[in-house]
This record gives sequence, C-alpha cells and structure tokens, in this order.
Amino acid sequence: MANDPIIRLRRIVKTYGTGATAFQALKGIDLDIARGDFVAVMGPSGSGKSTAMNILGCLDMPTSGEYLFHGHHVETLDRDQRALLRRRYLGFVFQGFNLLSRTTALENVELPLLYRGEDRHVRYDHGMAALDKVGLKPWWDHTPAELSGGQQQRVAIARAIVTNPDVLLADEPTGNLDTERSIEIMELLTDLNRSAGITVIMVTHEPEMAAFARTIVHFRDGVVERIETGGAH
Amino acid sequence: MLGTTITLAFRAIMRHKLRSFLTTLGIIIGVAAVVTMTTLGNGATAAVREQISSLGANILQLRPGQGFGRGGGGPRPPDFKPEDVTAIASQLTGVRAVAPMAQSSGTAIYEGNNWNTTVNGTTASYFEAQQWPIAGGRLFMPEEEQAGKPVCIIGNTLRNNLFRQTDPIGQRFRIRGVSCQVIGVLGTRGQGGFGQDQDDVVVMPIKFVQRRFTGDRDIGQIMVAVDDAYDTQTVQASLEDLMRERRKIKPGDADNFNVFDTKQISDTLTGTTTILTQIVSAVAAISLLVGGIGIMNIMLVSVTERTREIGIRLAIGAVAREVLMQFLVEAVVLSCLGGLIGLVIAFFASIAIAPLMQVPFIFDPQINMLAFVFSAAIGVVFGYFPARRAASLNPIDALRHE
Repeated sequence: MANDPIIRLRRIVKTYGTGATAFQALKGIDLDIARGDFVAVMGPSGSGKSTAMNILGCLDMPTSGEYLFHGHHVETLDRDQRALLRRRYLGFVFQGFNLLSRTTALENVELPLLYRGEDRHVRYDHGMAALDKVGLKPWWDHTPAELSGGQQQRVAIARAIVTNPDVLLADEPTGNLDTERSIEIMELLTDLNRSAGITVIMVTHEPEMAAFARTIVHFRDGVVERIETGGAH
Repeated sequence: MLGTTITLAFRAIMRHKLRSFLTTLGIIIGVAAVVTMTTLGNGATAAVREQISSLGANILQLRPGQGFGRGGGGPRPPDFKPEDVTAIASQLTGVRAVAPMAQSSGTAIYEGNNWNTTVNGTTASYFEAQQWPIAGGRLFMPEEEQAGKPVCIIGNTLRNNLFRQTDPIGQRFRIRGVSCQVIGVLGTRGQGGFGQDQDDVVVMPIKFVQRRFTGDRDIGQIMVAVDDAYDTQTVQASLEDLMRERRKIKPGDADNFNVFDTKQISDTLTGTTTILTQIVSAVAAISLLVGGIGIMNIMLVSVTERTREIGIRLAIGAVAREVLMQFLVEAVVLSCLGGLIGLVIAFFASIAIAPLMQVPFIFDPQINMLAFVFSAAIGVVFGYFPARRAASLNPIDALRHE
C-alpha cells in the first residue's frame, strides 16, 4: 500500500456563487499526489491553483467530487474534523507569513503544539528543534517585527513542520522575498522533503522556484492542463 | 485543554497591554463611579438617620393645640401643669422618662462676651429622655430642681462662644438680668433634624425658668420617652386618652393638644434621602452603561483587528470552539480584573471623600457585587459575541482579512 497516493482528487468541482453569477473555479480536477513527492503547482492567476490549494489544505470544501487523504474521504468531514485533520497531518506556509505579531519566534512555532495539548517541555524541545532546522535557533526570542522577511518565512516553516506533518502546503512561499532569500527557502523545503520525507505541495508562478520540485502541475482555466515529472531530481 | 486556553488567553493579554488596558479602563471607571456614588449616597442616608436618632429615639412630644401652630381662632388652648407630668409618669405604662419643658430665650453675658441662645427649663429627666449625656460637670440635684436654683448646664456652642478657653464649670454668667452658675457641660450633638444647632442651648431647672422668665407654672411641652420594649403607638394612644381625661374633653370633641412622634420626622427625612440616593444611583448606573458601551467598542474593534489572528489559529488546526474559549477567557479575565480594580478605587475614593462630605463610610457588599457582576457580564458578552462571529468565518476569509 506504500505506493498508494497520499492525496487523491477525483472530479473536484468548486463553484462560487449561485445562478447566473455562478463562477466555476475548478471544473473537475483529477490529481494524485504520491507520498514524499515535491509538487509545484503553477498557472496564471485565475487558473484555480489557489482554490485547489485551499481544498487540498482542507481549508475549503469542494462543491462536488471526492477528496481522499490517506484513503479517507475528506469531503464528508465537518468543520471541526477538518480542523483536527489539519492539526494532525498538515502544515501551512503562506505568502504573507501569517505569524502572530508581538509573539516570539518560539511561541509562534509552539502554537500548533499548544493546540495538540503538548506540555511545556515538549513544546520547548520540539519548538527549539524546529527553529534549529530552519537555522533560527539563536533568534528564538525575537518577534516578527525584529526579523527579516526571509527569517519570518523560516519561522513560518518551522511552525508548519513542528508537528512533523505528512504534508506541507506552501502558497507562494517566496512571493514576498528577493531571489537570494527565495533560493534559501527553496533549499530548506527541498531538504525537509528529502531528509524528513515530508510531502511538499507548493503554489508558485516562478519557474526558477518550480524547478526545485520533482513534479510540476500546470493549471489553466480550472483544469489540470499537464503534469511534468522528474524535474529537478 | 483548559490549561492551553488559559495559557493562550494570558499570552494574548500580555502581548497587547494597551488594548487590554483600554478594555479594563471602561470597566474600572464604570464600577468605580457606580460604587463610589452609591456608597457616598448610603453614607448620606446614614448621616441623616444619625441626626434623626439624635432627636432621641421613640420620643413623644406633647404640645397644646392641634398640630403645629395654635390653630385658627377661639381661645388659646391651655398649657400643661406640673400635675400633668406627675400623672403621665405615674399612670402610663411603657414610659422611660417624662420631662417638662418651658422654653424661653435670652442673651447670655460673660466677661464682655455675649451670645443669643435658647433657654430650656426642664428637669434631670430631660437628659435621660433625650439620652444626652453630659461631657463634664454634673446634672441637677433634686433639691436644686425643687427650689429652682440658678444653676445651668450649657451646650457646646454656647460654651465655646461664651467661655472660649476658660473652663466653664463653676463660672457664673448673666442671662436676662439674673446670674446663673454653670454646673455641667453637655456632650456635642450637632445639627438636629431640621438643621438647627442643638448645642446652642442653656438648660436650667424648670422652676427657675418659670419664676424668673415666664412668670407662671405653665409647661409648654412635655417630652415622653417611650421604653424600647413598648410600642410607641400604643403608648401614644394611652397618652392621648389620659390627656383627654385630664383636660375633660367630651367624647366627640377634638383634642386641644397634640402628640408628635419624632419617628414621623425620621420617616420623612429618611424618605427624602432615599430618593436622593436613588437619583445618584441612577446617574451612576448611566456611567456604568457608558463604561459598558466603551468596553463593547474596544472589544468589537479588537476582534476585527484579530480576525486574521483567528484565521491563523484556525488554519494551523485550532477548532472554532478553542478559539472562542480563548476569547472568552480573555474577556472574563479583563472584565473581572477591571471590576476588581474599580472596586478597590471606589473603596479608597469613598474613604477619601466621605469625610469631606461629612458622611460616614459604609461598605455595602451588595452594590459592590452588583456593579462587579454587571460590568463583568458586559465585558464577557461583548468580548464573546464578536469573537463567535469571527470564529465562524471560513479560515481563508479570516486570513484574507486586513
């Protein structure tokens, strides 16, 4: 069963609005993502790649279709069950970092562990270990305002991986960074994918960044246009 | 789970000290205002009660005529005689003390100081009836009362204005052409129920006053102190029956005397003060309401501000219930803290202001509790409902919120 995809989408449709103003953002997506893959999702704006990401991340529900995560149907889960699924299996990295302001790097990283109910020592150990992985251990007590954009994104990555998730979802993680910082982040994601075996799904519109991925999925007009495999690796 | 929520709530409060402070400030002001005003209002009521009780509790004042004043035309109703006093004291049950009173006034003169004052001719029973102890010296001896000796006991106002620094005991002063020796000084009583100075008085044996000032044996007023164990109204009824009999009033004819119960005055004054307290409390309640609107405002603003934070928490796996609990705990902590600070401020403010208003400080646990619960409820309600709205958002929409 190890070869079963971790994520399987079948005939996923997402429609916004109803009646005459209805807009179909996803028009029937079929997509398998293998365990341990590094996937870049590309496409022009409006192609449905962000909508697909939100559905993959269980932040949003498809209008119709099937979403199997580890072989379980996600589309039947309620709000709280999806939250618990995110808590247990998923990590998120956003374009805008989305760290809590006035909160130290360590406290930001600890947050998912708090919701998991881990005690103080576990939170500290895991939080520091995650910061160490992204190379920010010495900055553990800095707040986002005291960190550069690249450092903030690395804190966000530490927060995403501190629970040791199966899948890391990154929505334009380098969108707010310069090239040098972007490459550092991509190297970090590549390393996490290879050494920790985390499946990484990343939305980007920069081919240089997509080049780090093993699989590139191209979206256009709400459908998967084509899939390239065996890219950088 | 609860531990986590409390950790999160306290972190959020400590991270946003200004916002937390502003939230609590509304509650602090509301609670402090309402509690201080009500406490001082209660103190004022108590001060009035105190003055009323200084009239002497359960005292019936027997005067000639119907009600206040001497009434319309016709012959002037007769004053009382010393025999009436004896009869009341010996025939009525439930009487603690009976004191006749013959009042006059005059200018007291001592070594170039002079002072207009009230002359009160009575017996030693007067002090017992009024429960008015002397501060120095002694009361009248029975033989002094019998003989109508020129001795007197003076009130504090007269003492201060006439004798200044001199010890008045044993001194003699002149009043309306006669010389009088001071044998005692009364304790201070302050203002009476109508604002008159009760300490501006000279008390003499009634026989002396009658002989030298009024010129007859008439008694203008009889003070009857009712024993606490007896019902004032019953005693009043017996007193009225006795006086009708003694004055030979036929059944059906109107009384030519009246009995005035000091309790009536106290009821009237207490009623007035209660109304004042209610008005003050209403003003205070408005300030609590305004404080509540302030809390509401800051809570609404802060939740709008925090929608993105809620989005982050939801995205990384918080269940809506957990986010809500955190906001609820924050609101409870801030509201209760504000309420407590408000109570402490009110406590010290009342202690500081009460002496300036010359009212006693009275701690009322009920109003403290009420103000606290009300403000805390406002804080919690307005902290909770906007948060509930935010927590029900789709995480994506919450995250996009700027």
